[in-house]
Amino acid sequence: MATQSENIEIIEVKHRTQLQEIWRRYKKNTRAVIGLIMLLILIFSALFASVLTPYDPLETNYSLRLEPPNAEHPFGTDELGRDILTRILYGTRISLTVGLIAVSISSITGCTLGSIAGYYGGRIDNIIMRFIDVIMAIPGILLNISIVAALGTGLQNVMIAIGISSIPGYCRIMRASILSLRGQEFIEASKAAGAKDFHIITTHIWPNAMAPILIQATLRIGGAILACASMSFIGLGIVPPTPEWGAMLSTGRDFLRDAPHLTAFPGMAIMFSVLAMNLMGDGLRDALDPKLKD
Amino acid sequence: MDNTKKLLEIKDLTIHYVTVDGTVRAVENLDLSINAGETLGLVGETGAGKTTSVKAVMKILPVPPAKVISGQILFKGEDILKKSKKEMRKIRGAKISMIFQDPMTSLNPVMTVSEQIEEAIGLHNPKKSRREIKKLSDEMLETVGIKAERSMDYPHQFSGGMKQRVVIAMALACNPELIIADEPTTALDVTIQAQVLDLMKKLKDKFNTSMIMITHDLGVVAEICDYVAIMYSGEVVEHGTREHIFHNALHPYTKGLFACIPNLYEDEKRLKPIKGLTPDPVNLPKGCKFHPRCPYAMEICSKESPKTAMMDEGHMVKCHLYKEGMADGK
Repeated sequence: MATQSENIEIIEVKHRTQLQEIWRRYKKNTRAVIGLIMLLILIFSALFASVLTPYDPLETNYSLRLEPPNAEHPFGTDELGRDILTRILYGTRISLTVGLIAVSISSITGCTLGSIAGYYGGRIDNIIMRFIDVIMAIPGILLNISIVAALGTGLQNVMIAIGISSIPGYCRIMRASILSLRGQEFIEASKAAGAKDFHIITTHIWPNAMAPILIQATLRIGGAILACASMSFIGLGIVPPTPEWGAMLSTGRDFLRDAPHLTAFPGMAIMFSVLAMNLMGDGLRDALDPKLKD
Repeated sequence: MDNTKKLLEIKDLTIHYVTVDGTVRAVENLDLSINAGETLGLVGETGAGKTTSVKAVMKILPVPPAKVISGQILFKGEDILKKSKKEMRKIRGAKISMIFQDPMTSLNPVMTVSEQIEEAIGLHNPKKSRREIKKLSDEMLETVGIKAERSMDYPHQFSGGMKQRVVIAMALACNPELIIADEPTTALDVTIQAQVLDLMKKLKDKFNTSMIMITHDLGVVAEICDYVAIMYSGEVVEHGTREHIFHNALHPYTKGLFACIPNLYEDEKRLKPIKGLTPDPVNLPKGCKFHPRCPYAMEICSKESPKTAMMDEGHMVKCHLYKEGMADGK
């Protein structure tokens, strides 16, 4: 009996930071890990495009027009004799840039507007949210087309257009989280400690509202890549000869019967990247909010 | 009375909540005062206007619907209601701070406790370096009995009583002159209540702060308060020292409150609650607001609102029973 106390083990509680905890949950999800690996492949090919292939994405070669996939050109060549694999690898740069910057534009603007609307309420809320409703009422692709038509084509304007058209989602998510957080006692406590509104929003509200915004952003990167490709497809996005997946699809369309590889590979690249972002977004959602899982 | 000695003086404060369903008369003609170093207990049922009055002192009432109709709140002789937002921010936390009811919700779940105390300090000491602030925060935690090595833990890693200690540390961090404690022990169990009250009492004496303690627990009042104000439907119905209230309760409502506590020495079969409910603040009864529930109600009670009568040095009561003859005050 006396020895019993010796048997009691002191259980060491492992201290994990918030990030470690999220990562632990994230990596348990196989699909999410696949998504992450796919994204890493994309980033890798974007960074090392010039090392990975011996060809130049813009160099034409008329003797090698519309070559089907072969050992020298694994994805074949296009109507001007350019290596398609090379163009897809370089295209990754554009797609990832567009995805990242368009999402940054829309999330930053959307979060700011949503925070102001949710925190102050009343008339400001009404004005901002009606403005958001107007943006939402216009179909995304139509809005993109009209913005690009007004600003002109080009990478920068496409990013702005895609950014603007996806503001509403962030704005509404942010507003909703703030409405539920605003009534919490710790917000009142911070006010009672003499904090300014700006301080309360940035240090107390944003960290608490970050999870849904992060998920939305990840999922929207895929959407932005797709939107950019469709803009280029209809000739309003990135102008040829810049290697862009949507533009490649568009030119390949004319040769669909004789050389399907012109459209198949860029199409697969778009699918690959959108899938990567969606898998990651889903995984992140499960990792950030374990309650949502079941 | 000497006005300069008073730390906080509330004069004739009336606060209404204007809603679509009518005007809620939350606080009516409230008079209260507190001197430096004293503790005032604010006792009353739910909806008596206790929290509304103290939030008015902090100026953190939700406007709209809340609306201060009349009155003054003098803090060290200056009217708080006339202060600008900017001036108010300098007072909140630094000179008057507040301890909230529920420690579970009054701490931000995504910040470590140390960060939250540092925040309270940093807001009022922008010139101090991060390291100094961290040191002060650790000292504060030690003062309330939490080891500094736990400062990097998150609120969910603490128990309720410890969280309330953290909240107290936050409130005391800037060494305020007045602490408003809004039912600080309601969410805690009884043994922890005693510890927290004990701690608050000790710290109050150590830093020589004044305190307004909102509670509906007369046991808490007996433990910690020097003065007691009994509130009913937005008014102070009786005000006096702890001894006055506990040994010589005058107002029928106060008597009713004490009758609710079961007596250990008698064989009590049933509790003796005050009959009825607190009146709907949208349409309060005419005259004395307590008269529909009062066992001593007279005809005059339903017609005229009683005046404050000074019964003894510092012992005031608002009741028609104590108007004539006995009153030597107003």
